[in-house]
Amino acid sequence: MRRYSVRFVALGYLLVVLLGPLSMLFWRVYAEGVGKAWTALTDPDTGHAFKVTLELAAIAVPLNTIFGIVVALAIVRRRFPGKGLLNAFVDLPLALSPVVVGLSLYLLYGRTGWFGPWFTQHGVQVLFALPSMVLATIFVSVPFVAREVVPTLREIGDEQEQAAHTLGASGWQTFWRITLPSIRWAVIYGVVVTTARCLGEYGAVAIVSGSIQGKTETATLRVQEEFENLNLAGSYGISLVLAAIAIFVLVLMTRLRPREGVS
Amino acid sequence: MIVALPIAALIWSSRNDGWSGFWNAISAPEAVAALKLTLAVAALVALTNAFAGTLIAWVLVRDDFRGKTVVNGIIDLPFALPTIVAGLLVLALYGPHSPVDVHAAYTRYAIYLVLLFVTLPFVVRTVQPVLYELDTQMEEAARSLGARELTIFRRIVLPSILPGILSGVAMAFARAIGEIGAIVILSGNLPYKTEVASVYVFNLSESGNGTAAAAVAVVLLAISFLVLLAVGGIRRMATRYERA
Repeated sequence: MRRYSVRFVALGYLLVVLLGPLSMLFWRVYAEGVGKAWTALTDPDTGHAFKVTLELAAIAVPLNTIFGIVVALAIVRRRFPGKGLLNAFVDLPLALSPVVVGLSLYLLYGRTGWFGPWFTQHGVQVLFALPSMVLATIFVSVPFVAREVVPTLREIGDEQEQAAHTLGASGWQTFWRITLPSIRWAVIYGVVVTTARCLGEYGAVAIVSGSIQGKTETATLRVQEEFENLNLAGSYGISLVLAAIAIFVLVLMTRLRPREGVS
Repeated sequence: MIVALPIAALIWSSRNDGWSGFWNAISAPEAVAALKLTLAVAALVALTNAFAGTLIAWVLVRDDFRGKTVVNGIIDLPFALPTIVAGLLVLALYGPHSPVDVHAAYTRYAIYLVLLFVTLPFVVRTVQPVLYELDTQMEEAARSLGARELTIFRRIVLPSILPGILSGVAMAFARAIGEIGAIVILSGNLPYKTEVASVYVFNLSESGNGTAAAAVAVVLLAISFLVLLAVGGIRRMATRYERA
């Protein structure tokens, strides 16, 4: 009896907080008009927004993957001064508001910022253009690969690496033949999470991009724009596509993580 | 380079108008109201998560029912879904066109609800693995000695999963403090009423008041640092506990 009531409360909570809102998506698209949603989705500005989002992810994900692996290796396998600080900075974006991230970049590359004037002199547009948006996206998605790889590296230990080393393998060879194969699932999982974060970023990009329609507007900014223009059908339509991507990512995530506590 | 330098620039800019300017910016009535609201809602969200998250983790590990794998998968959805979509969805269910006749749009309840959506996975995902690893022998021993279920939970299970709960709660709190995408659509952002700190910072920055925005942002930054310190402390305590 007690078991059923606990289950009931837990699933009820999920229904009210998570599944209820989610189930609204299809219904709202239908209620607002599929035709209108389709018009908004096929709008060239929407297409461009999705293109910008994909571009950002295409740049940020590979860079963060490499960075994440290097940082994880440094944190687990090396000792150096400032290691605690590095650790803290890698975690910071997890706890920091994206708005603070966006504002920091805005101040750094703005007209009166430290780097702003230099870039302006050399004719490079950083703010309200792709470069600052890339930086913002990288910033918010920095931790994920490293966070996944660190525990795996700890778990596998370095015996095999040392063995390879004794047998005369170079550091590079050891990495490709021993280390990378054993951490590959953690890396892949981290990449999936990083991608999801990049595609969904709003706050940081909202500040640095200026949301210029057809130029620096991303898919999530487009959702907001359509909402403010009272084009709810469009807003829900774009959300539906984003949610479809999210659910695809989610399926990948569950497939890649069989070790979690479900028997 | 990518993380530390912008942060340094932020702190530097926040002091453009000197200490008094910094103080004026963060003690402006609207700023204080926004920060208070943010902290209060985030604390409430964190507390709710402590209970709901533990309960869900418990059900996912100890209970068995059809569709459990699906439920387990769906827990991660808030991590995968863009938060602005989350905001839109909560607005659809509990907003002006609500099919269940709940009209929470543009109120503080809406902020609370959407933050619950966004922060759902944190506690579940930190408690679940610990609970899974936990040996049930001690619980059975206690049960055979006549302990009540609640006593077993409080005396045996809770001490082991407490570090997990606390670090999950801390991360959920930090997330709730910083969230903007989910809130911006459905809170209405009325100053003194439903304007949270991140939206306030955003608005200041959009209106060209970078220095004041930076000052309030520094406060948020300090909170983030404190949360990370707390999480680090909890982790260290947990490992010491294991070793002992």
